[in-house]
Amino acid sequence: MEPLIHYAPYTGWVYPNETVIEWSVAIVVYPYITGLVAGAFTVSSLYQVFGFERLKPVAHLALLTSLCFMFFVPLPLLLHLGHPERALNNLLTPHWTSAMAMFGYFASFYIVLLLLETWFAFRPYIVEQAQKRNGLLGTFYRLLTLGSYDVSEQALRVDRKWIFWLAILGIPGAHGLHGYVGFVFGSLKAREWWSSDLMPLVFLFSAIISGVALLIVLYVLSSKLRKTPIDLGCLKGLAYTVWAFIMVALLLEGLEFANIVYKGREGVDMIMQYVSGPLLIPYFVLQFAIGAILPLLWLSYMIWRGTTGKALIAGVTLSACLVLLSVFLMRWNVVIGGQEISKTGKGLLEYPLQILGKEGLLASLALVAAPLVVLLGITRLFPPWEHQAAQ
Amino acid sequence: MKKREAIGALRARRLFLRRIGGAAAVASAAAAAGTAGLVGKAAAKSGAAAAEKSFPTPDYDWTKRQWAFGVDATKCIGCLRCVEACKVENEVPLTAHHFRTWVERYVYLEGENRPRVDSHADPVNIAASGSEREYRFANRYQDAKVEKAFFVPKLCNQCEHPPCVQVCPVGATYKAKDGVVLIDHEYCIGCRYCVQACPYGARFFNEEKGVTEKCTWCYHRITKGLQPACVEACPVGARVFGDRNDKQSPISLFIRNNRVQALKPETGNEPNVYYIGIDKAVS
Repeated sequence: MEPLIHYAPYTGWVYPNETVIEWSVAIVVYPYITGLVAGAFTVSSLYQVFGFERLKPVAHLALLTSLCFMFFVPLPLLLHLGHPERALNNLLTPHWTSAMAMFGYFASFYIVLLLLETWFAFRPYIVEQAQKRNGLLGTFYRLLTLGSYDVSEQALRVDRKWIFWLAILGIPGAHGLHGYVGFVFGSLKAREWWSSDLMPLVFLFSAIISGVALLIVLYVLSSKLRKTPIDLGCLKGLAYTVWAFIMVALLLEGLEFANIVYKGREGVDMIMQYVSGPLLIPYFVLQFAIGAILPLLWLSYMIWRGTTGKALIAGVTLSACLVLLSVFLMRWNVVIGGQEISKTGKGLLEYPLQILGKEGLLASLALVAAPLVVLLGITRLFPPWEHQAAQ
Repeated sequence: MKKREAIGALRARRLFLRRIGGAAAVASAAAAAGTAGLVGKAAAKSGAAAAEKSFPTPDYDWTKRQWAFGVDATKCIGCLRCVEACKVENEVPLTAHHFRTWVERYVYLEGENRPRVDSHADPVNIAASGSEREYRFANRYQDAKVEKAFFVPKLCNQCEHPPCVQVCPVGATYKAKDGVVLIDHEYCIGCRYCVQACPYGARFFNEEKGVTEKCTWCYHRITKGLQPACVEACPVGARVFGDRNDKQSPISLFIRNNRVQALKPETGNEPNVYYIGIDKAVS
């Protein structure tokens, strides 16, 4: 049986209570998933609100991806809580000065919004299936019509209006949800590594690139699985989006780090020792060099050379995978990294990563994979690709 | 007209009675507090008050007190009786990773500009004591030339602007009117945001109970007129506790007669633990 607590080895001077790293890999996964939600929603909004026609083939997939990941956002938190059965206290008696108290409201609001928007987007398909199918599936679709079978041009125009306004509302919703996650960390003055005004923005932009990157991978993968040709225009559109947002994300993260170093407040020596030691590979090499700068250069090269065809697909997909890795590491380096630097400013700890257990690596990987499995099921019920004609 | 007058008279009487009632309540509360103080002093040496079920004490009025804590680091001898007393009194998990109070040792060796810091929870000190449940400072600097050395007891600072209270998503931790920051263990969801927010490392998570814990200055004792367990156990008077509303209390005198300082004042938390005899390396 797993012991109840795993203590973190340390060097230098740390407070005795700090030797238990309280926020585990589950809390790394939490902002990662939330970020994917926000990022995927951004793609959907780029089409629905800003009229990026190139992104049309992935607009509905983006919406479904966002929804599937949103279902799982509360799970890592519930796994983490000492008393998960009291989780609803967060909604019932919120403490308004706490950034975390906003979570329940943001999340509930956003799930409702996503469900509504998805319903409107898939309504013609639902009506069609409700009329066509019999048996259990037929009943399922008939229930989902909510009694409305009107798919006249006028009704669809109303639907489109709803989708448009929901998408507009969803932009601050999704970005608020993720910006708040950044604020949870950035607003804590106890940790120099977290305490930054830029943190919400850093989280937000890395969220966007992770969501767009995920859609690239999902789009290419689903096209391969379905043996349908990949719309290169759409793929390029996604690549441009990632490219633009990586620039901003990199700039913000660079600025944040520069601020810490330049201001050189108390404890900066320990931070420098940390980033040049244990964090050298996960931070500078993997997160920045391989995960962000390499895809940025690669994408720039492909844009410059006008690469197309298979080379473009391979290049963009691999870049997207690297971006996904980079953003995961960014979450890791913030959440775990922040706790590995002692509040004393005089010592460093080492997070004892567990493989098993509810807050172990396996559970966390399962949490990242689970929304994809649900997405696979949902795309069977609501095919985001066949539905394009209805738009 | 007569009816109106009668109603007016009735109202006046009701108001008068209400006032009298309020005054009586205040008087009885004051009397009760006085008795509690006397009883408290008598009972001060009678073991753990935690075992008693009256928590919080029914007749305790938290608007009357303004508790504060003082630490005289020049007196501390690092005997760690305070740590032991706290662990027993508050049923703190008996590991080297869960403390409501602890003691730090700062040692400046000759030729070194920065102190070497450790606490009794350090593996070397645990090895010397032989157990996590025995608290000791190993004589690890006996062969070195020590220039300056001192001990610093640490505990929750019961800050005036507690960041832990600010971040609690459900309001399970709150600041009592008498200045102590408390945690409602029946309400805490165990998210540990408060553990992250405390810059002093004063909070820890009790894995078995699934809630956060920290020093409450032995709230179950002080509300009965007793001293916190650590204060009572300290053989040299390095820990001082009392009510700031009482100008002659030990803590009022301590703050008045010394140049006191607080830990990490730059955080804006305004701690209520006042230190003397520490230097700039202490954070």
